[in-house]
Amino acid sequence: MQTLSLTGGFRDAPKDAAFAFRAVMNAMAKPGEINSVTGAEPPAGLSAAAGVVLLTLCDPETPLYLAPGFDRPEVRDWITFHTGAPFAPATAAQFALGAWDDLPRGDFPLGTAAYPDRSATLIVEVDDLRGDGATLSGPGIKDTAALSLPERAAFQQNAALFPRGLDFIFTCGDRLAALPRNTKVS
Amino acid sequence: MTVETKEKSRDRQAWMGLLARAEARDLARLWEGFGPLPAHEVLRAPEIGGVMLRGRMGAVGDAFNMGEMSVTRCSVRLTDGADGHAYVQGRSRDKALQAALTDALMQGDAADEVRAKLLDPLAEIEGQHRASRAAKAAATKVDFFTMVRGED
Amino acid sequence: MYVAVKGGERAIDNAHAWLAEERRGDAKVPELSVAQIREQMTLAVNRVMAEGSLYDPDLAALAIKQARGDLIEAVFLIRAYRTTLPRFGASRPMDTGTMACDRRVSATFKDAPGGQVLGPTFDYTHRLLDFKLAADGEVPPAPEASEGEPPAETPHIMEFLDREGLMQRDTDSKTPPRDLTREPLELPATRDLRLQALTRGDEGFVLGMAYSTQRGYARNHAFVAELRIGKVAVEMDIPELGFAIEIGEVELTECETVNQFAGSKTEPPQFTRGYGLVFGMSERKAISMALVDRALRWEELGEDNLGAPAQDAEFVLYHADNIQATGFLEHIKLPHYVDFQSELELIRKLRREATAAAQDAPREAAE
Repeated sequence: MQTLSLTGGFRDAPKDAAFAFRAVMNAMAKPGEINSVTGAEPPAGLSAAAGVVLLTLCDPETPLYLAPGFDRPEVRDWITFHTGAPFAPATAAQFALGAWDDLPRGDFPLGTAAYPDRSATLIVEVDDLRGDGATLSGPGIKDTAALSLPERAAFQQNAALFPRGLDFIFTCGDRLAALPRNTKVS
Repeated sequence: MTVETKEKSRDRQAWMGLLARAEARDLARLWEGFGPLPAHEVLRAPEIGGVMLRGRMGAVGDAFNMGEMSVTRCSVRLTDGADGHAYVQGRSRDKALQAALTDALMQGDAADEVRAKLLDPLAEIEGQHRASRAAKAAATKVDFFTMVRGED
Repeated sequence: MYVAVKGGERAIDNAHAWLAEERRGDAKVPELSVAQIREQMTLAVNRVMAEGSLYDPDLAALAIKQARGDLIEAVFLIRAYRTTLPRFGASRPMDTGTMACDRRVSATFKDAPGGQVLGPTFDYTHRLLDFKLAADGEVPPAPEASEGEPPAETPHIMEFLDREGLMQRDTDSKTPPRDLTREPLELPATRDLRLQALTRGDEGFVLGMAYSTQRGYARNHAFVAELRIGKVAVEMDIPELGFAIEIGEVELTECETVNQFAGSKTEPPQFTRGYGLVFGMSERKAISMALVDRALRWEELGEDNLGAPAQDAEFVLYHADNIQATGFLEHIKLPHYVDFQSELELIRKLRREATAAAQDAPREAAE
């Protein structure tokens, strides 16, 4: 394993992960809100926020799909050392990491009527994350919010699948925002 | 990237196993006699977790899960760049850190000294314990053909 | 429907304080230490590790102290603690063939390589209470065999019994085992899940089930081909190293049973096997596990379902876990005031109706 891949994990895992988890939870609870996170130094090409999300949410029981562009040895080694998450094709993934255009959205599990939670959470690396663009409404949002989503149609289709569907975390630099499946996008 | 030869790997496997099986207090005592902890960067702070132990059906068949064992793991990097790793049975953070440092030192110039002051004494303790146990078990082995005929 | 009742905080705090005092017992008596329990109540520690599904003798000893000796309560504590441990991965399947045997006996093969090693067994004691143990005393060191004897090789006896090809063989298909602590146990359960359920199942329950097979429920005459107890190495593949290392050593009890099987439409007459593997020195549990394992294999062997409870996977597997069992059992202590009130009203109503009907009936008869 490359010597670089062993650095960059949480220094004080229980504390760092707790802070990170709360940030992700807040982002999911209040869609459109952009939160800063800290604690991870992943290999080049991966944002710090994406690194933090992976360290916090992934473990040996969460199969992870890496989209082209991120499926590199140093990324795999870093994820393996720090999380132990197994790599899987999109159809078997619980988490996925990639740029919006590279993620095979149609392939991911969407959950079942009995177990809607058995779907995938997509960690989407974006070049820009701003509080404008698409309009968001629904649970956790007072009136409306705005977020620079890469498009609208895919998220509208996803919301129509509720209670099944995918959930999304958008990462850019050290900031993240989230879109749970029950948010209405327009 | 360091290329490990098969022999070096086996050697490393042997000392890592020895450290994992050691009692935390024995390792701590030997480290005190060895010296202060060398300067190091912590790649992964000592972390307590579990490893699921597996058996085999009928001893030779498919695997099945039995239950977990408590394990502490740690990874360090010395100033000379050597990486040391430890996965050791039990819940001792000190043992994991000391084992990881030992593993790292064994890859450098201090190897001979580490072997003499840490590894060999541990192997001695373990060897004596195992031999004593084996001897006690052997004493309970039934010798079906022995007939005791008095004092000679 | 469970009703939330308020106002118990002070009572609960006081109950806990009294519990701590009762746990301590007479303060003039020296306090029990975790180390004492670990060293001197080892078989209880083993049971708590096996049923708690966590190999850690110090933790099990602490749980026993905290639970005041109630082993199922101790198992409960260990199960709860398990959930706080991140799982680093799984070991390679342990190789019991390399076990350093403290004990190794066979009821089928008298002169196996390695011999019959009795180990520190109760088997030949006379079961008379030893009042000398009521006083502290020095224990003389156990005899050791003289030096110079090389450590005996103890290969598995089954390898020899299989020479004529009369033994049903287990093969390794490299199928990764499933984990019933991670996904709900559904039926039909594959053998890996059955064995996991049995090894962590309640010893009394598994013993009773095993005994039932011997009494004719499922007609299982088993022989202990081999029973071995000792330390086995634990190995694990480490991705950052690129190879596997030994991460520790555990004591295991392994029991292999052989049963005569007269054959079926699909299988020839042969000896079939049962298998038990348990944490620690846990002989009764390992033998019981092997017998129940064998009983549950009736279907894949093409045997008849005799309707024996031990053949019923749902009955065995869903009632073997003593924490699940006691959890649901003890929940009936929780307030069910509203439930009961509605039952009470219903009984009163039915009673009134029945009484009224009884009074009407003679009148009708008279009319």
